[in-house]
Amino acid sequence: MPTRRSTLARWFFDVRLRSYAAQAALVAALLWLVWSAVANAVANLAKQGVATGFGFLGTVSGFDISVKLVAYGPGSTYGRALFVAVLNTLLVSAIGIVLATSIGFALGIARLARNWLLSRLAGAYVEFARNIPLLLFVFIWYYGVLTALPPPRTGHALFGAVFLNNRGLVLPAAQDGSAFWAVPVAILAGIGMLAALRAHRRRHPERFGAAPSLTVTLGLALGLPILAAVAAALAVRWDVPRLQGFNVRGGVVLNPEFVALCLALATYTSAFIAEIVRAGILAVGEGQRDAAKALGLPPGLTLRLVVIPQALRAILPPLANQYLNLIKNSSFGAAIAFPEIVQVFVGTALNQTGQAIEIIGLTLAIYLAINLSVSLLMNWYNHRMRLVTR
Amino acid sequence: MRPPAGASPRGALNWLRVRLFATPLDAVVTLACLALLAWTVPRILGWAVFHATWTGASRDACQGSGGACWAFVTARFGQFIYGFYPLAERWRVDIAGLWLVLLILVAAGPPWRGKRAAVLGLGVPLPAGAALLLLGGVAGLPLVETREWGGLMLTVVLAVAAGAIALPFGILLALGRQSGLPLVRSVAIAFIEFWRGVPILAVIFLASILLPLILPSGVTVDKLVRAIVGLALVVGAYMAEAVRGGLQSMPPGQAEAAKALGLGYWLTTRHIVLPQALRIALPALVNEFIALLKNTTLVLIVSLLDLLGIGQAALADPKWVGLTAEAYSFAGAVFWILCFGMSRYSLRMERRFAKAQAR
Repeated sequence: MPTRRSTLARWFFDVRLRSYAAQAALVAALLWLVWSAVANAVANLAKQGVATGFGFLGTVSGFDISVKLVAYGPGSTYGRALFVAVLNTLLVSAIGIVLATSIGFALGIARLARNWLLSRLAGAYVEFARNIPLLLFVFIWYYGVLTALPPPRTGHALFGAVFLNNRGLVLPAAQDGSAFWAVPVAILAGIGMLAALRAHRRRHPERFGAAPSLTVTLGLALGLPILAAVAAALAVRWDVPRLQGFNVRGGVVLNPEFVALCLALATYTSAFIAEIVRAGILAVGEGQRDAAKALGLPPGLTLRLVVIPQALRAILPPLANQYLNLIKNSSFGAAIAFPEIVQVFVGTALNQTGQAIEIIGLTLAIYLAINLSVSLLMNWYNHRMRLVTR
Repeated sequence: MRPPAGASPRGALNWLRVRLFATPLDAVVTLACLALLAWTVPRILGWAVFHATWTGASRDACQGSGGACWAFVTARFGQFIYGFYPLAERWRVDIAGLWLVLLILVAAGPPWRGKRAAVLGLGVPLPAGAALLLLGGVAGLPLVETREWGGLMLTVVLAVAAGAIALPFGILLALGRQSGLPLVRSVAIAFIEFWRGVPILAVIFLASILLPLILPSGVTVDKLVRAIVGLALVVGAYMAEAVRGGLQSMPPGQAEAAKALGLGYWLTTRHIVLPQALRIALPALVNEFIALLKNTTLVLIVSLLDLLGIGQAALADPKWVGLTAEAYSFAGAVFWILCFGMSRYSLRMERRFAKAQAR
């Protein structure tokens, strides 16, 4: 016969009641923590005479920003400054991602090359770059390379149109960029035509087989935009920089901070991408290649239809992670005064307004939003690429 | 008969043919690589070794040698290692450092009967002991303020302190994320994803600005402590994900068997789940620690001078101005040796577990 416990003891040993109590205690503790932190912050800020709220975003900032993609001046608002900084972060991240991916894939494939010397050299670079702080990369590129370059008069010039000196990298600029709208149009047209072609072939598999050939795919996806870009480049008038006296005139100047940050992000992240690519290709079983060979597929088709699709499935999730890291790491620009989000906002704007809570909250929210959108995009792509098992 | 493709080629000449000159393209690539090496290696060696100046009082000693001015590093060596820690008190840093090295050697070394006791005996009192030793102000040791700390010593203090906070914190977060209680799980997930989603540089800024604000007025937090808290928050979230990997790879039968024996949640976690999960998670945890060590350089932005920061600051000295290559080479070499050593250890662990799993 079971022993009878008192009501209190029954409650004490009730698993559900216990779990409710534990969760309630956790939430209460967290609420108390947040509440006391906010209360202290409000009291401390009030004592310092700091304003609250997001009204400051509409007031004049009074500082200039050296790199800007949209019109901005000292008379613009803090809100506008934030917009400029977000664009700078996105620009550096985009360039960094493109460079890091190209270098990383090249290194990863080189590490698997049959050529012993090539694979060893690639391996040495990867081991070198992975074990050194990113900040050191930023410093080496900025203080060690770009600001140590000779002045414009004795600087480097390529084809008389590209200049590299201690003021930065000077490239020819299109005087009127409107013709370049042809490029995104061509990309969309290429993708549309490819999709239509695939749909058409899928309707008549007996005549064509499922996939368009590599030449057609590449021609539509890459050739069309390249053609459009070349045509646009020929159509517009170029502002070609030239050496005049002690300086380079004309063109578009990429300042040393910008170039150094892009190169540092690319050279550092590419080592991690190389490892991911290598692991992804190695993850495709030997049996897959053997099976493709047994079916009589030539090496090119084996690579395109068997190895790459399976390797991509292993490469994409960690690659997306590296892209997210690179975007977050673009904040290292603050260490060399490149005007990205942290530098402009947590640095300059916070110093001027003192509104710590609002500014830090906004900064973190922007990074979380960027991260979230990239991971949603990659998840959607992963979902499409996933292994369908029946 | 021809050997099967992929088999290791025998004989030096055959090896050369297969691994370096298999096709005309391969030959071109090999020659290009050789040219690159022939161009860079003599230059680097000449700069760093043959034409280098090793001692001297200022950069004038290195004038015209055409090589590295290591005199800069040798003259500043004490500062690079100890920062501005008073000369007469540096033995305290040495003792704390030896203590840490001994702990690492014992923990990473081969197993023996008393290993567990030795690791606990050395490790548990280390944080408090090292803090007292370095800070002083008690037992006749003069007080050395944290603003006098710097160099490699500060780098190690930051990494070890932030890691020591982040590990238990990360374990709790990982357990929370796996918890059956929905509120606990949501809190853990929100916390982990938040800190993983924001740049660590912004978090160090945040900690240095917000911590004094959210504490009651009159309470001051040391700048070093703020940086450690900022690092620990982010690293804790990353370590939680590493531990979760270990927890998820545990077969559920382990916890079920413990439950069948009548063990409660905490006893099961403490004696059955965590010992096995942490062993699986160890390589990933070491990798997080490597990332932490590299990220300690970011404390530069709240004007704490770690190894890289103090090298950067030394470049402003008019006696040594312009020696960026030497300062970065030294700092880079120290970081590389530490990080590479740890990554080899993590790789060795991973292989050992893979072998144990295969058995």
